[in-house]
Formats: sequence, C-alpha cells, structure tokens
Amino acid sequence: MDISFEHVSYTYQPGSPFEYRALHDVSFSIPSGSFVAIIGHTGSGKSTLLQHLNGLLVPTSGTVTIGDYRLKADEKNKQLRKLREKVGVVFQYPEHQLFEETVAKDIAFGPENFGVDAKEIDKRTKEAIRATKLPEELLERSPFDLSGGQMRRVAISGVLAMNPEVLVLDEPTAGLDPSGQREIMDMFYDLHHEKQLTTVLVTHSMEDALAYADHIIILNEGEVYMEGPPLDIFQHQDKLEKVQLDVPEVIEFVTKAKHKLGIELDYTGQSVAELAKDLAQKVRGGRDHE
Amino acid sequence: MNSSMVIGQYVPGDSVVHRIDPRAKIAVIFFFVIIVFFANSVMSYGLLTLFAVASAASSKVPLPFIMKGLKPVWFLIIFTFLLHLFVTRQGEVLFSLFGWDIYEEGVIQGAVLSLRFFLLILVTSLLTLTTTPIEITDAIEELLGPLKKVRFPVHELALMMSISLRFIPTLMQETEKISKAQASRGVDFRTGSFKDRIQAIVPLLVPLFVSAFKRAEELAMAMEARGYQGGEGRTKLRELKLGKRDFILFAVFLLLVVGLFVTRN
Amino acid sequence: MSHIEFRNVSFRYQEDSPWVLKNVSFTIGSDEWVAIIGHNGSGKSTIAKLMNGLLFPQEGEILVDGETVKPDTIWNIRKRVGMVFQNPDNQFVGTTVKDDVAFGMENHGVPREVMIERIQTSLEAVKMQDYEKHEPHRLSGGQKQRVAIASVLAVSPQYIILDEATAMLDPKGRKQIMRTIRDVQEEQNLALITITHDLQEVTEANRVLVMNEGEVWMEGGPRDIFSKKDQLKEIGLDTPFVSQLAEQLGHAGIKLSREPLHHEELLEELWTFRSNM
Repeated sequence: MDISFEHVSYTYQPGSPFEYRALHDVSFSIPSGSFVAIIGHTGSGKSTLLQHLNGLLVPTSGTVTIGDYRLKADEKNKQLRKLREKVGVVFQYPEHQLFEETVAKDIAFGPENFGVDAKEIDKRTKEAIRATKLPEELLERSPFDLSGGQMRRVAISGVLAMNPEVLVLDEPTAGLDPSGQREIMDMFYDLHHEKQLTTVLVTHSMEDALAYADHIIILNEGEVYMEGPPLDIFQHQDKLEKVQLDVPEVIEFVTKAKHKLGIELDYTGQSVAELAKDLAQKVRGGRDHE
Repeated sequence: MNSSMVIGQYVPGDSVVHRIDPRAKIAVIFFFVIIVFFANSVMSYGLLTLFAVASAASSKVPLPFIMKGLKPVWFLIIFTFLLHLFVTRQGEVLFSLFGWDIYEEGVIQGAVLSLRFFLLILVTSLLTLTTTPIEITDAIEELLGPLKKVRFPVHELALMMSISLRFIPTLMQETEKISKAQASRGVDFRTGSFKDRIQAIVPLLVPLFVSAFKRAEELAMAMEARGYQGGEGRTKLRELKLGKRDFILFAVFLLLVVGLFVTRN
Repeated sequence: MSHIEFRNVSFRYQEDSPWVLKNVSFTIGSDEWVAIIGHNGSGKSTIAKLMNGLLFPQEGEILVDGETVKPDTIWNIRKRVGMVFQNPDNQFVGTTVKDDVAFGMENHGVPREVMIERIQTSLEAVKMQDYEKHEPHRLSGGQKQRVAIASVLAVSPQYIILDEATAMLDPKGRKQIMRTIRDVQEEQNLALITITHDLQEVTEANRVLVMNEGEVWMEGGPRDIFSKKDQLKEIGLDTPFVSQLAEQLGHAGIKLSREPLHHEELLEELWTFRSNM
C-alpha cells in the first residue's frame, strides 16, 4: 500500500498549558513495497508519526493516506478497523502486550478481533510461528513461561497473523543480544520480500538503516530533516552531526581512511571482505605515489 | 504529554500556605474540623469563614482550581440545605412554596449545615491543593511516629506510599502504551455493549499486572542491592522542621479558637 | 587483599534445575575495569548478583576484600559493591533525583549533613547537578541511568557493577553513560565490572571475561580476546568492525603487527605498513 503524508501536523492537548507540537508540516511518500527507515532522537516525533500509520492518532492538520484510507482532521474515520487490519504494528518491547493463557490464543487474538474464521486463523497461526522460527510445540504453552526472546517472537507472530500489508516496526530489536537482533531483523527482511510488504522501521540504529532500508527519513524536532536513499544520506556526515546523529561505522571508517591515508574507498554496500580487498590494494598501490 | 501528568490536586506554588510545614497544616485542619461543630452564633460562623477564606486567598491557588475541588460536593451541600428547608418545622412560617410551608428555623438550619459542610471541604481541599503527596506522606510518617512503639509499621507504610506515588506516572504511561498496542490488534475500548467493553479490558489488565509484578520484583532487588533493610538505623534526607511561619499559624489559630468561644451563645 | 575473588563457584536457582555457573574462579583487582561478555543465559548476570549477595552459591566461595559473602556480611559488602541494573525505571526509588541519590545513604545511616554534600558531589560526577528536583518521569533513560550511577557513587563503594546498564538506552544515552563511566573510572580510584553486549564498551576495559554455558571460556585483555576470532565465532560472539576488517586485510596479504581496537589504531597500522613497503 502506498503511504503519503501531506502537510501533517500534530499537537498534543491543543489549547491547554501543556500544549505540545510533536509534528510540524510533515510531508513525504512511501511507495508500496519499499522498506523505509525513520530515524530520529527521542522526542523527534517518531512515535507520534508512527501512530498516524494505523489511525491511533489523526492529524491536527494535513492528510495521511494509506492505500485507500484517508485520515484527516475533523473527518469521521469509520474504517479504522479495516485500516488496522492492513497495517500491523510491532511496538517497542512487544512482549509486554501478551496476555492469553496459551501462545496459540495470543497469536489468534488479532485475527479474531478482525473477524477471521477459525480455520483460517489456525492456518495463519502455524504460518506465523514458522515465520518467527519458533517450534510448534510452544503453541499450547503459556507465553509467560517462555524466555524473553521467545516471548518477543510470539508477540511478532501475533501481528503477522493479521496478514498485514504494511508492517510498522518500532525498535523491534531493543534489549536483545546482538545475535538475537540480527536474527529478528533478517527475519523481517525476508518477510518483507516474500510477502511484498511495505515496511516502516523506526530505529536508532544507523547500521540497521544501512543494512535493510532502501529509503531513510530523518526526523528532527517534529520536522523532516533529511530524506533519501541510505548511501546518499550518509554522505552528509556534517549535517547528521548537527542533530547529533552518527553515520554507520563502515562509512565513518571510509571517511577517516580518506582523511588520514588519502585513500578513496568507494562504499556501495560491499561486504567487509570486499572492502578489505579494495583497501589492501590501495594501501599497496599507495607506494607508487609517494 | 509527560509534563502534563499531575498527581492528585496539587497546584505548584510558593505561597505562605504552600510553605507551611505539612504537619502543622494537618494539625490545624484536624482541629478546625472539630471546632466547626462548636460554632453556634452568627459571629462565630463569621470568624470561621473569615479564617477559611483568608487561608484560601493567601494560598494564591486560582479560584477555578478551588472550585474544582468543591465540585463533587456541591450537590451534597445543596441537598443538605433543601432537606432542612423542607423537613424542619419549627419557628415562624416565612412563606409557602408549592403549597409547602417554609419555616424560619428550616432556613437557618439549612444554611448553617451547608456552611459547615462548605468550610470543611474548603479547608481540607486546601491541604491537597498546596501540599505535594510526598510531603503529606512525610507528615503522616512523623505524626504516626509514636505508633512505632506498638510495632505499627509506620516507616514501611510511608515507603509504600511514596513508591506508589513515584510509580503512578510510569504505570499511566504503560497503560497508554499497552492500550495502543491492543487497539492496533483490533480491540475497541470505546464502543460495544457493556459486556464487550468489560472483555476489552482483559487484554489491558493482564499485561499491566504482569509488568507491575515484574517491576516490583526488580525494584525490590535494586533496593536490596542499595542496602535497604527496613526502617531501623536509617537516616533521612527529607526533614521536616517547624519554623516561625508555623508558630504564627498556631498563634492565629489559637486566637480563632478563643474568639470562637467568646462569640458563642 | 583488595580484590573480589570467585573460588570454584557453582550456582543453580533450584535443586533440580541445571547449573547456571559451573566451577567458576577469577579475581578482579580493586582498580581494574573488567568487562564480562557472553550470550544471554551464559551466566553473566548471575555473577553480578553473587558479587553483592543478592544470591549465594551452592558451592565455592566469593570473597570481597578478603571477606566471604554470606548473609551476615552482605550489609557491609553492599557498601563496597554497588550495582546498576538494566531497566532505568525499575531501580529509581525516590520521587525526585535528590531523593533517589539519598536512598542508599539513608539505608546505610549516613548523617544528613554528609548526605547533602555527597548528593552534590555525586550528581556533579555524572553531570546531573541541574536536575536535583526533577521527577523520574521527566528524565530520559540515559539520565535515569546516570542518576543510578550517582546513587551508587554516593555510598563511595570500591567496586561498581553495571549489569547491562546501557542495554535499554538509545545511542545518545549510551554514549553519555560511557563518558560518565570513563570519567568516574579516571577520577575515582575504583573497580568497574561491566556486563555487556556492546563491543565498544568491551574495547575500553582492561580485561575481558568471556562466559559460555556457565564457564569462563576465555580471559584476557580486549586485544587478546578479539584476536582469537575463531574461538569467539565458535560460541557465536561477534567481534568489532575494525577487528573483522583487520582479519580480512590479513587474508588480503596485509599482516598487521597487533590487533587494532579502534579506527585510529588500524589506520596507524596501515600507515606504518605502507611506509615500510
């Protein structure tokens, strides 16, 4: 589903002493099937933006369009349920939303609310649990007996079982160990391609944005600060530093190599091994210029 | 968002009333509540009202906040007045209303009781309007201090209260977070029958309880790691000290008590 | 006698459950920075809890400055071994920053005048002195963790354990904490034990303990540890980017004289390599 924001602003508690403008005149569009990373510090408006994607919030002014659904201030939004079925949101620490007696029931909770029939739910549950690489034996266990990592996968399965077309991920790897983080991100990446989803990843991690996203939107103080393909964005280290954001380590290294050794490495997403080969060649070749 | 979270009715300020020792406030309010029942003349009621209104004025709490505190009891005050108006049958008949005789004594009784009610609510809500919950907790711990001798867990009670206060905003944020997560999974908290809505609460309550228990467990461990082992041998950072201001209050209050008994019939 | 010593320590949570730690022995000096790494479930956090008597081993002995950790010594030991946990919210006891820093001191019966002074100095040490009266819900995760460090410092311990204290923070908060830890380690003569997944944190430690399935799998300086990539890979642990790049450079025929720990070291190595050609 195509997603577009047109001059969206959002203000919390307007007209009160606590009035707080979280988004200001935000416009962008995300074509169907793309993997977009939204980056920004705490307080940049990320989480407010995220809540517009499935109608938890409706803009104070401006228009949000998701597929055929339109969210606009002062318009009755009757199809919110339909929208929420199509847009699956994996919140930060999603294991906190588990509540059923068994894993199977918890996974079925979303689809049940949307009126999916029992047979179909059964099928989807099995599919979801396979996608998150959990053993089927867990289905009849209580989610509260599982390890933290397993609980997170159950919660993710619960969102996947809704069969969403858009997947919104809010820091889905927070608090996991490095190998767990990689597994989860790889899993989402595979799903994205397999099911041709539109994926919106809200993250602090520049490394993840570089590795998985094909488009980056950087938010700062409620406004779109930068936007573009990862490699273009990370060209502008100075501009990122101004809002206290880093570039991925590999790009930082490439820049340093240029300044300190005068070696120009062209980073286009190659592996560490390829980069090392290129670097080795240039270090050796460097002798001829001296 | 976060900054808007105000616990209880406290209205931040720096007035004399705000700065009075919370123990002094509680003590004075306690005795005020008692002496209200001794007033029986116009003058004595006048004195009490003067004291209450002057206190409210010097607290510099904006009138709307004070009125908000009285809102839930307006009904009771008016009801009390009407009840006496119609039920009391003493003194002269003043006039007739819808064929019902209104007696002089009824008007007086109704007015007096409503005024008492009003004074009590005004003064007690002034406490919560000008004192932070944690100050009230400290004051209660101090005032109940003597009960430690009979092994009443005063310190534990106060600590429990202060930790609850500390975690109210955290749990409120959590509630919002979980209800949004469940709404994203298709729960509708707003519409549907009563039964539906009760059922919609379960996916909210269970995770909240689970998380509250987990927090409690971790907090207990953190407290233990920081050397907590009960009230014994503990020192305290927050200290309550009676100052000049508090003694002036006591003196004024004493004058009020004397005045009250002089003006009584 | 100033060190923490684990002597053949074994631990399990219940009698019929598997051992979490198996015959673990090591020592940590009173001015060292030791990083403990390993997978979730490798026994890292259990080590932390054993160090200040939140748990007791079934076998072996733990000594802090020569004193055995047991139920009647823990109050004394907890003054010397401070601990910062993972979740910033679930260790903040006070209703304000000032009250939270005071909590530990109140427990240890520190006189009020001393408390007031130490609140000031320990909040300055973590650069939170302007937040004395702030309530916890108005602070970021990183700020709460800095307050937690200040609370521990206020009791003036000899050892500070940070049990995945940066795991729940955003990069900005993580950086603040790392800077704080570095400052504290430099200015105050104390030992730091950081339990972490963050490889950047590991490179800054003096010594690294690698835990795997309840045992000490490897022990050494960060340079030694990261040079043994095959062994780390065997238990599925990552190495830092520079370390990986150095390894690949080796495959491409550039042998470096030592294992680089950060960009600058690697670039220097390459500089030397080039000038020696």
